[in-house]
Amino acid sequence: MATTKLTPEVDPLLQAAANAAPAAGTETVQMPVGVPGYTLRQEPRQVPVTEPPVLPVNKDLQYIGKSPTRWDSHAKVSGTARYTYDMQLPGMLYAKFVCASVPHARIVSVDTSEAEKLPGVKGVYVVQHLLGGAVLRNPSLDPSKYPIVRYAGQPVAAVAATHPHIAEQAAQLVKVQYDAKPFVVDMTQARQPNSPQVFPGPADQAGSAGGGGGPHDVPQTGNVHGPSIHKKGDPEQGFKDADVIVEGKYTTQVQVHNALETHGVVADWKPDLLTVWASTQGTASVRDELAAYFKMPKSQIRVITEFMGGGFGAKFGAGNPGVVAAQLSKQTGAPVWLMLDRKQEQLSAGNRPSSDQTLRIGAKKDGTITAMQLISYGTAGCGTGAGCAGPVTHLYDSPNLHTEENDVFINAGPAAAFRAPGHPQGAFALEQSIDELANKLNMDPIDLRDKIDSNPVRRVERQIIRESALWKSRNPKPGAGAGSGYLKRGVGLSQSVWYRFIRMDSSAEVRVHRDGSIEVLSAVQDIGTGIKTVMAQVLAEQFGVPPQQIAVKIGDTNYPIGPNSGGSVTTASLTPAVRDAAWQASQKFLASIAPALNTTADDLVLTGGEVRSKSGKLQPVSFRRAAKKMDTDVVSAQAKRIPDYDPAKYDTYGGVDVAEVEVDTEMGLIHVKRIFAVHDCGRPMNPMQVKNQINGGLIQGISYALYENRLLDPKFGYMVNPNLDMYKIAGPRDIPQLDVHVIESYIGQSSTDASGIGEAAGVMSAAAAIANAFHNATGVRIRSTPMTPAVVLEALKQAPQRSETA
Amino acid sequence: MSDRTTLPQDLPEQTPAPENHPTQPVSGGGISRRGFLKGAGVTAAGSALLEGVQVFSHEAVAATRNGVKEYGPGAVPVTLTVNGKEHTLQIEPRTTLAEALRVHMGLTGTKIICDRGSCSGCTVLLDKTPINSCMTLAMDAIGHKVTTIEALSSNGGLHPVQAAFVKHDAMQCGFCTPGMVMTCSALLDQNPKPTEEDVRKATAGNLCRCGTYPRIFAATLEAAGTTPRNA
Repeated sequence: MATTKLTPEVDPLLQAAANAAPAAGTETVQMPVGVPGYTLRQEPRQVPVTEPPVLPVNKDLQYIGKSPTRWDSHAKVSGTARYTYDMQLPGMLYAKFVCASVPHARIVSVDTSEAEKLPGVKGVYVVQHLLGGAVLRNPSLDPSKYPIVRYAGQPVAAVAATHPHIAEQAAQLVKVQYDAKPFVVDMTQARQPNSPQVFPGPADQAGSAGGGGGPHDVPQTGNVHGPSIHKKGDPEQGFKDADVIVEGKYTTQVQVHNALETHGVVADWKPDLLTVWASTQGTASVRDELAAYFKMPKSQIRVITEFMGGGFGAKFGAGNPGVVAAQLSKQTGAPVWLMLDRKQEQLSAGNRPSSDQTLRIGAKKDGTITAMQLISYGTAGCGTGAGCAGPVTHLYDSPNLHTEENDVFINAGPAAAFRAPGHPQGAFALEQSIDELANKLNMDPIDLRDKIDSNPVRRVERQIIRESALWKSRNPKPGAGAGSGYLKRGVGLSQSVWYRFIRMDSSAEVRVHRDGSIEVLSAVQDIGTGIKTVMAQVLAEQFGVPPQQIAVKIGDTNYPIGPNSGGSVTTASLTPAVRDAAWQASQKFLASIAPALNTTADDLVLTGGEVRSKSGKLQPVSFRRAAKKMDTDVVSAQAKRIPDYDPAKYDTYGGVDVAEVEVDTEMGLIHVKRIFAVHDCGRPMNPMQVKNQINGGLIQGISYALYENRLLDPKFGYMVNPNLDMYKIAGPRDIPQLDVHVIESYIGQSSTDASGIGEAAGVMSAAAAIANAFHNATGVRIRSTPMTPAVVLEALKQAPQRSETA
Repeated sequence: MSDRTTLPQDLPEQTPAPENHPTQPVSGGGISRRGFLKGAGVTAAGSALLEGVQVFSHEAVAATRNGVKEYGPGAVPVTLTVNGKEHTLQIEPRTTLAEALRVHMGLTGTKIICDRGSCSGCTVLLDKTPINSCMTLAMDAIGHKVTTIEALSSNGGLHPVQAAFVKHDAMQCGFCTPGMVMTCSALLDQNPKPTEEDVRKATAGNLCRCGTYPRIFAATLEAAGTTPRNA
């Protein structure tokens, strides 16, 4: 999803459609827009006449907006759900990567002879072309037979054997001779002029289908790739016009995705078809990368993802496991299983970049912002994508803005898009600065945001928070929070923003069979967010039958194209296509049975599991019995995503979160007691699943705020905590009470008017809300994550510091 | 479950030493703590662990030294009782129970996530005790009854914990779910009326990256007939 410079992303197809003369074949319809109970109203939209009728708000629907159980929940609780990791095919070989044991080197030679001799070894492959990470603009600066090693853990070769133990043993028999180069794994050191250079010249990284990557048109000095500069208005004058200026330096750590299923595939190369089971957020992205890499037609590659064990942004494309497994399968003539182990996952499969931010905000006495300036450095390892100006660019209204983002190369694995790229970092600085500004202006933090944030949905969300018992319990005076002795209680707030992205490559087919069964097909994958359930709900609403009676067949590129699931695009992109296909199929179905019922299709409606006659001339017939009257065995309709109804309109989503913390000022522990969260995602299609994702976003945000940290040994360049025993993520005993509220926010943009929730689920704002609560509790600003006891005690040493109150 | 502190210090290395870089310290391959423990399974210590079990076939004995039986390093026949049925496998003694279940028996509901006892995704029941099957050698399960997620419910329907997980949507990607279900069902066996704090303690070793913990607490409490807090 775009780089961190997120402007409303305009899909070229969508833009073309918007520019085309709209009138022909369209009609004006009235659609619900706004938040029920607050701002709900009807607004006109020009929509194609082929579109299904406008959906009313959730309370008037039977299945959409309700919370039927997760469509594949039985398979998941009973262990029968088969993930890529679980695949076992006849004759399948297990492959294992050989990974670089040094952080920076030219490979002199790779000797695979000993490995090949080991009984059970069927294939060995030395990596010729590495995927991921930045690439030199001028590759001739670094001539090498093999890819240059730029981080410890980089894949060098792979072996395939009849048993995982043999593959593991064989991998250790591959001898790699390195010509070691100086390396740097510390960002501050990497910025120094005399630092070892990760790349001998400018290098850039492309984004994936899920985002990440960085700008390509920026200077590079040593390891510093940037700045990428954006200016609006006259920032200098803006700061001169300010009555108050707040300025702070903030640092955040590198976070590792830790999807529980690692990256990997099972590849089965047959002469006329390459079949790949992939743990991916985009079946299409895997197929496309394999087609490009092996110069094969897309039609000869099939990618399957029936169940998928988490991605969080890092799983797009075939990647090194995909191309290497395919290569090994081609060599050996057998299916090849290649999943990363946990350590390889941590080292080579992506991370959230760090940040080192200097943020200045100027404001008038009434709170009006006059200028904002962000200078940021961050490391995405040997990749780019550390920009974090998204929040400062999009959350508040400022006439004058200046941002400079820099990527700093170090000898570590490349970053990958990670749930709301750039935003947790950016919000940690921005939302604390806004809190500081409120204190300086002696304003309530909600009143200040009402002044400077014009987004109408967040205004409603703040109103709900203002009325909450938790917010009312907040003592506005920093450091005065109730608490006995060394325990200090505080309450703090943070906002977040994400964007409406639509993927036009989103299609579905709906089939109705003469036995009354109904199925929906799409290549889209369910990465745990519940799109299978939502698709079933959309069909259920159209056909008037319960969602569990719908067969949902997805995660296979043999089906109509599905969107790659990154940036909260899936529900927004796909469900309108599903509903359009369901609508068309239902019309075909009625036309198919009407003659046998001695009526016409427009006399028939589908509701309550029955076919009913509007004129009343027929007794209601059950759907199943009516289907027997079909004049053909199956009726089918396929639909693709059409552009948003009002493509010029720019929507964002987000949420407002309030954290309550108790700070143990002696031990330096922050206990998050409670989070009260109010979020929006257009029309919530399945509120139970949406809230589940928000729980998860908040928990990931708490984990980022307090625990997680990738540690690199400066002497040897290795990650010292590459598994879950030493890389701490939030567990069951670390999480507070979560009070999650989802508001319905209608925008009148598609036949389902749905949006996504993945990014806008609290992961962006939790750290900032906790930090603001910490300040409310102690009167001390904490400007660094993770907020471990050491960081907390260091911050508390500075107390009492000058008060932020004016 | 086994007492690893009795391992002798002079064990031969089971896996070859890494030779991919002569001058730099080892990072990529090499003998990890895990590899060491797995390797230990073929030696005197490994067989010593089995002394109490006494079900090992004579064919499996590779050598006898100082009166202590050694097994492996090659595959040996091992009979395990899994989900009520006896299965005889040809496995290397270093094979973990998780590997035996997944690779050799095709019971892939049990997940290996960290492979070092830090996430409990591989939880199965050994008799009635939930254990990390990635930290248990398959040979250590000889003579015990192993129950995996596939057989938690005996009647073809859902176990009450599974049914409550469905009702409360206590899953997202589902990869941690089998381990969570096994842990929570074992809790209810031992403590039919747990509090939320009891559930948190029981699942303390189970990690979920999607963040479904609140739903897991609610589901388990409901399965126990204890009113769950709204989650």
